[in-house]
Amino acid sequence: MFKFYYKIFSTPKTVIDVKSLNRSDDITVIGQQLEKKVKKLFKGSLAIREVDTGSTNACEQELTALSNAYYDIERFGIHFVASPRHADMLMVTGAVSRNMREALIKTYEATPTPKLVVAVGDDAINGGIFRGSYAVLDGVASVIPVDFQIPGDPPSPKTILCYLLKMFDVFEVK
Amino acid sequence: MDTIIFWTIQLLLVPFLSPLFIGLVRKIKAKFQNRAGASVVQPYRDLWKLLHKDEVISTDASWIFKFAPYLIFAVMIIVGASIPLVTVVFSNNFLSDLLVIVYLMALSTFFLALAGIDVGSAFGGFGSSREMTVAALTEGGLIFSLLAVALAAHSTNLFKITAAISSLSLYSFAPVVLAFLAFVLALLAETARFPFDNPATHLELTMIHEAMILEYSGKRLALIEWAAASKFLIFLALGANLFFPWGIAITMGWLSIGIALGLLILKVTFISSFVAILESSIAKYRFFRLPDLLFISFILSLIAISLII
Amino acid sequence: MFSSSLAQFFFFSSLIALIIGALGSLWLRKNDHAANLWGNTFSMVGAITGLIASVTVLLFGATFSYSSGSSLSLLTLSFNIDKLAAFFIFIITLISLCASIYALGYVKHYYKQYSLGALGFFYNLFIAGMILVVSASNTFFFLIVWEIMSLASYFLVIFEHKEKDNIKAGSLYFIMTHIGTAFIMCAFLLLYQATGSFDFLVIKGQLGNVSPLIKNIIFILSLLGFGTKAGIIPVHIWLPKAHPASPSHVSALMSGVMIKTGVYMFIRIFIDLMPNVPLWWGIIIIIIGSISALLGVLYALTEHDIKKLLAYHSIENIGIILLGLGSSLVFLALDMKSLAMLGLVAALFHTLNHAIFKALLFLGAGSVILKMKTRNIEAYGGIIKYMPQTAFFFLIGSIAISALPPFNGFFSEWITFQTLFSGIRSLDVSVQWIFLLAAGALAFTGGLAAACFVKAFGTTFLARPRSEAVRQTKEVSLSLRIGMAILAVLTLLIGLFSGAVTAILLSVIANLNPFYHVNGVVLSNLSSVSLQDGFAAVSVPTIFISLVLAMVMIFFIVHRLTRDRTITKAATWDCGTQLGSRMEITATGFARSIITIFSGILKPTKQTGIEYHDVAMRYVPKPMSVKLEIEDVYGTYFYQPIIKVVTKISEQMKKIQSGSVNIYVLYLFISLMILLVFLVI
Repeated sequence: MFKFYYKIFSTPKTVIDVKSLNRSDDITVIGQQLEKKVKKLFKGSLAIREVDTGSTNACEQELTALSNAYYDIERFGIHFVASPRHADMLMVTGAVSRNMREALIKTYEATPTPKLVVAVGDDAINGGIFRGSYAVLDGVASVIPVDFQIPGDPPSPKTILCYLLKMFDVFEVK
Repeated sequence: MDTIIFWTIQLLLVPFLSPLFIGLVRKIKAKFQNRAGASVVQPYRDLWKLLHKDEVISTDASWIFKFAPYLIFAVMIIVGASIPLVTVVFSNNFLSDLLVIVYLMALSTFFLALAGIDVGSAFGGFGSSREMTVAALTEGGLIFSLLAVALAAHSTNLFKITAAISSLSLYSFAPVVLAFLAFVLALLAETARFPFDNPATHLELTMIHEAMILEYSGKRLALIEWAAASKFLIFLALGANLFFPWGIAITMGWLSIGIALGLLILKVTFISSFVAILESSIAKYRFFRLPDLLFISFILSLIAISLII
Repeated sequence: MFSSSLAQFFFFSSLIALIIGALGSLWLRKNDHAANLWGNTFSMVGAITGLIASVTVLLFGATFSYSSGSSLSLLTLSFNIDKLAAFFIFIITLISLCASIYALGYVKHYYKQYSLGALGFFYNLFIAGMILVVSASNTFFFLIVWEIMSLASYFLVIFEHKEKDNIKAGSLYFIMTHIGTAFIMCAFLLLYQATGSFDFLVIKGQLGNVSPLIKNIIFILSLLGFGTKAGIIPVHIWLPKAHPASPSHVSALMSGVMIKTGVYMFIRIFIDLMPNVPLWWGIIIIIIGSISALLGVLYALTEHDIKKLLAYHSIENIGIILLGLGSSLVFLALDMKSLAMLGLVAALFHTLNHAIFKALLFLGAGSVILKMKTRNIEAYGGIIKYMPQTAFFFLIGSIAISALPPFNGFFSEWITFQTLFSGIRSLDVSVQWIFLLAAGALAFTGGLAAACFVKAFGTTFLARPRSEAVRQTKEVSLSLRIGMAILAVLTLLIGLFSGAVTAILLSVIANLNPFYHVNGVVLSNLSSVSLQDGFAAVSVPTIFISLVLAMVMIFFIVHRLTRDRTITKAATWDCGTQLGSRMEITATGFARSIITIFSGILKPTKQTGIEYHDVAMRYVPKPMSVKLEIEDVYGTYFYQPIIKVVTKISEQMKKIQSGSVNIYVLYLFISLMILLVFLVI
């Protein structure tokens, strides 16, 4: 037991600094700009529910990496939740396969307003490498209204984190 | 005038401080995972945000689903106002009885379990089943660990117990420590911490408390989360003040109350750090190993009682 | 005094009203509706007059006794209504009143199928029998009215005689109650032999001179005899079969009131009649009480027939009553009379409370069964949307029986706990442990009862309907709802006025033999009840008011803070699937964890049956069936051996019956010779 604690306390800190995340690319906004009210509401505390609508799991791995000791998304008040009823934002990955269409709609309806939908990864944006296949519906926007997109196949956790922080103006210059 | 201020402090202390200790536990767990973690005031932000969200209520839910969060939160407010926090002077005689506190919290568990079944989802049903199983078996250990100190203090009134234990000699303190160990096990069970339940899990198969609240949203979810945090603080405060009550204010002066408040926060921080370290060191137990733990809690309190009487 | 003769008048008019109701309803049996109205109205009249009589005796101390001296000394009608009898008459008449109001609408579904004249006859006779049982003061008269009560209830159990199960249940009940009566008869005959009289008051005076051995035998015989009626383990096997079989308002009476007559006689014989009880009597009763409480609630958890579940809970609550009674006996044996009063207050209070909330639960269950035509919980679900008021009353009953504040069940469990705690504090080591373990049993019982009622209420009324029949149900008619409403309001009121009721109970107990001139250890006023040495105090009105105030405040504050939030209705979240009724928790599934944990005691069995399309190949199975049961422990280990022994002895005794008249004459001759020899010597 004590070897375990010693190991915990002797491991060096690995959390990356916020400043290194601030890249200058602009985020892509679909639909309306976020209202100031909604931005203020979710700035300090954001609950994300991740929906896998038939993806290659690459995006899920990157999203999982967000909660590790390197990126540590929790320090910004963002956490992942189990139920869409608890969620503020739906992060949808994967080109929406036919079987997951209804489930995605149900998830969207189960989330209380105000809510945001983010399409993560090229698959979710426009079908990615599966575009035009008979089995997918070519992106989340054809099923539910999308507010933001995070491009990449898959986007690295650094990218995702940077987009999230930019969405809520965490990098706002005071 | 002073009395009114003190009563207000007693009433508001638990609801206002409780999210802080949940945040503290999460922060310590994050540090053990080598992360920075959310700040200790993060639960306050979560509650504020939840109060500003709309709700989605299931078409299968009845009035019990809508009514339960108010009852649960009301029970936590009342129990929080009736336990010895900073002073023993308010012998809040009729609400501070040991059995009244335990059974009031059983009332809140009853309604939470009913709300879990009410929505007719698979998760809520088995969450209620597990919660009632654990609650039924915890009652023995909880009542008996509190009974041990009640017998030592010749009263079941919580304030009188606090006053009596603080004047107990060190020689007769061993059974109080045993009763405290039994109480800690009951605390972990009732407040849904490791090894009984994982409060941060996303796997419904492993949920006990979380499974019942998967269907809540908006302000009702805020009330239930706040009530759960208050329950945690109530149990911590009971553990700190009933078993190790030194420093509690005997008189009503501002200075003694201030010192008592500081010591309470210190003791509660200590116990919640212990809970956080426990959660970082062990895994959640399989469900059918939990009754063994609860019977151990019962037996420990039986031993404590046999040493006291 | 005036109030005493007033009480006497009302008491006898109640009995007369019940007899008129019985006979008249039988006479009107050709017309269902008239028989229903006549029978139930007169039982209501009888109940109300009985209520007035008992309240007069309780509040004004107007105890009375009456005996008709008749030439046959074995057939005296002899009543003695002291405060204890009045208290039990109060319980009987109160529950009968609510049950009769309920029955007015309930028995309408028996029109044209079963004889309502017979129902009215036996129902009124049953209530009259119970009232007579608790007021009888002569052992022979007692046995006669005991038998009337048992026979009337037997006929009520087999009332729906077209169901085979009901007849079997009735036969089991008949046999068990007569076994109990046999034990009671032996006990009473011993009492007669020891004291030379059949009258209770005379026996009370004479029992001081009786040897301890005779007293112990009387104890064991009465324990078994009255215990069979009360439903203690292991002589409880008739209860879970008989109570579901009878009509629901009769189940409410049987479960709420009839089994309390056993408790009444326990108090009468062990505390009032017997002086100087030995210590081990109380300890045995505490042990039996703890075992009944724990096993009763565990068996209730395994049931998914709603009435059987409630019947097992009656066994559990009788266990709790016996805990109070047993501790009272222990304190009496050790001459701690004030603490003994505390124990008796606990026992009597829980008797009253259990009668009320058990009757409420049975009436609620009866309403559901009336509309759903089945007793199986697994076919219910979501009834709260179709029968909202019944659901509300059943919820009140469930909260009360789980001993949650601020209803009445909480207070009686609190007082029982305090009795046991006082025992732990003031007794010496060997007895202390019995009290400690009994308190542990009570703590676990309370928790498990709450779990069982979450299951019962949740699977019956909440979630989505599990069968089509639910969607066709409507709320029950007014008389049924009034009957339940009265009981629901009473659970709250008795909880709120627990101080006043405690005071009345203390005066009831002071009327009993050992407690004359004893100061109570309980101080009670309108708002609170506390123990004299300051060990504990409780105030149910404070709890109720604080709860209501807190809820109202929180509701308004949250409402102000969140007034512009909207509420949307959507489907239940279940991971995006289509939710069907099979996906909800079932009653079997809910209790499965607890059954697995306690599998050593409950011994669950599982039989799986599987059919194959082609037995030789066994590749393609048809649907499997899984049968989950618990082993019938009492049948296998307790009753079957006894039945085997009795059968063996009977086989041997059969040899006397040779069939030849000459042998029989020889038997006569031999017995005459032996008798002559005995007379001469």
